[in-house]
Amino acid sequence: MPSLFDKLWDSHVIAAMPGGASLIAIDRVFLHERTGAAALNSLAAAGRAVADPARAFAAMDHIVDTFPGRSDVTQMPGGTAFITETRAAARAAGIRLFDIGDPDQGIVHVVSPELGIILPGLTLVAPDSHSCTQGAFGALAWGIGTSAAEHALATGSLRLQRPPSMRVSFGGRLPAGVTAKDMALALIAAHGAAGGQGHAIEFAGPAVMALAMEARMTLCNMATEFAAFTGFIAPDAVTFDWLHGRRYAPSGALWDRAVAAWRGLVSDADAVFDREIHVDVSDLAPMVSWGTSPAQAVPLGAPIPVFSGPGSRAAHDKALAYMGLAEGQSLIGLPIDAAFIGSCTNSRLSDLERAAAIVVGRRVAAGVRAIVVPGSSAVKRAAEARGLDRIFIDAGFEWRESGCSMCFFAGGESFGAGQRVISSTNRNFESRQGLGTRSHIASPETVAASAINGCIAAA
Amino acid sequence: MSQKFTTLTSLAAPLLEDNIDTDIIIPSREMKTTGKTGLAAGLFAGRRYLGARTPDPDFILNRPGFGAAAIIIAGDNFGCGSSREHAVWALLEYGIRAVIAPGFAPIFAGNAVNNGLLPLVLPRAAIAILAAASGPLHIDLPAQRVSCAGSDFKFAVTAEAKAQLLEGLDPIDLTLQHAASIAVWQADDRQRRPWVYL
Repeated sequence: MPSLFDKLWDSHVIAAMPGGASLIAIDRVFLHERTGAAALNSLAAAGRAVADPARAFAAMDHIVDTFPGRSDVTQMPGGTAFITETRAAARAAGIRLFDIGDPDQGIVHVVSPELGIILPGLTLVAPDSHSCTQGAFGALAWGIGTSAAEHALATGSLRLQRPPSMRVSFGGRLPAGVTAKDMALALIAAHGAAGGQGHAIEFAGPAVMALAMEARMTLCNMATEFAAFTGFIAPDAVTFDWLHGRRYAPSGALWDRAVAAWRGLVSDADAVFDREIHVDVSDLAPMVSWGTSPAQAVPLGAPIPVFSGPGSRAAHDKALAYMGLAEGQSLIGLPIDAAFIGSCTNSRLSDLERAAAIVVGRRVAAGVRAIVVPGSSAVKRAAEARGLDRIFIDAGFEWRESGCSMCFFAGGESFGAGQRVISSTNRNFESRQGLGTRSHIASPETVAASAINGCIAAA
Repeated sequence: MSQKFTTLTSLAAPLLEDNIDTDIIIPSREMKTTGKTGLAAGLFAGRRYLGARTPDPDFILNRPGFGAAAIIIAGDNFGCGSSREHAVWALLEYGIRAVIAPGFAPIFAGNAVNNGLLPLVLPRAAIAILAAASGPLHIDLPAQRVSCAGSDFKFAVTAEAKAQLLEGLDPIDLTLQHAASIAVWQADDRQRRPWVYL
């Protein structure tokens, strides 16, 4: 009868609070330098301690730049203080920090899985909306603000209203060249950027369970772009094999005991959900966004649709004007100024391998700035061991250190006004990648092919 | 810690787009300090200014009469995107105390309540009436009603959020009253799931 969500939620209820909220146990807190200092300094100023520093972690990803030979000084005005204050506060609180130069540094949602910090059945919160990425392991992981991060650190818990549940079942077989990113964009385009509003969403069905672990992270990563409370996937052999032997994962007899428990983290056959959505992936195509919301996306080659609601005609037209596009226009062949491969959505080794397979032996089109930012220092090393760096560099890509980079303003870097960028990131918001920058989000394959062609192109 | 919210009478600035994201509310480049203050100048910076901080006369908060608006009326999914609490801090520091929308991104709504900003949910039809009102709106949180001349709407709010907003309560203080329950739960959980504890 219980769903996976019921099991995850119910197993973390410490107590019912007056007013209908529940006190939910938090197993892991992960900070970064954008808000780490604010949260930890605010706690310290209130005379509060971090309840269990061994279960809290921090990484440098949001402010640090991604240039080779980087330091605490970035192009971001005032950026150094974020880095140095977070470092000092993490040290004072006894929190393990994956700092600049640390072999384990990287984007929170890449590092945490790599090290086995996230595990099935856990609750994890981080002051970052893409924390839902880590739900791919059968965990409840969600983004919070700074105040809630302080609460979780000080008490090991959060006060929460139980969110409504949803199951999104992906059936059929994904065509070759169509990825988890395309699944997410197709879902959001069909149901709107608020389509999952406030729901705890289980991604299920044969097309989800057929995804490799890193692709599952990409799918769950985009749950926040669907306005979900979070997204997650039942853990299975793929999950357990991926986690086995990672540093913070249990080992030996404890591993066996943990896996035995984790096998129960599935929705029962008669589980009930507040909402259900079914998607057949067999007819999906690579997706690319045309507007300023992830919901404004179309299959590559399809025309930009005429407005049909919901929402306002004015917002639709505003997005078109911002992007310099018109209804009915196809995105294929649209000239680009830049191509960006990176971010917590698509910067893992498999993402880079698939992009490199398209790039190998070819050259980035003249006049296009192309950048690859590995999701973690470990991904960077693994990619270099496979020669992927040479493939990208020889093609004319910049090959960077790891971090959030130009997904937004990390490191103080952004693209220019009016520049058209195709990006493997998660947000095509107005001015997200630079004041006036026009972002199109897509899979790493589509970004790589577009970089080579100098225009939006199919891989 | 957070500001109390009981009643509010103010002009409301209509910003009736869906998906006003936190990058629009405050762009990353405007988050220049590690603290929680000094953010009001960055509020809606991408839309509020022309060039070097010259107010854009077309932006709603720069129009005559709306400079002192303490309420924003917005489209669906307000506050989507980045979890940055700076969006709420910037709104409050600027003087916005309530946002009325058909729906809010969940992280933004939580951040708002934690700081004393009321995220007020109403259906689109009611919002259209409030947005068309020429005079001020009146929000009464204890009664859970919002009104303008000629119209009056009931709104829903969870008991937890209502109490927190009315009293300006610090949820950490409230939760620490349950420290013993948390300790007992963790001791039991250590037996059930020893691999969780590092």
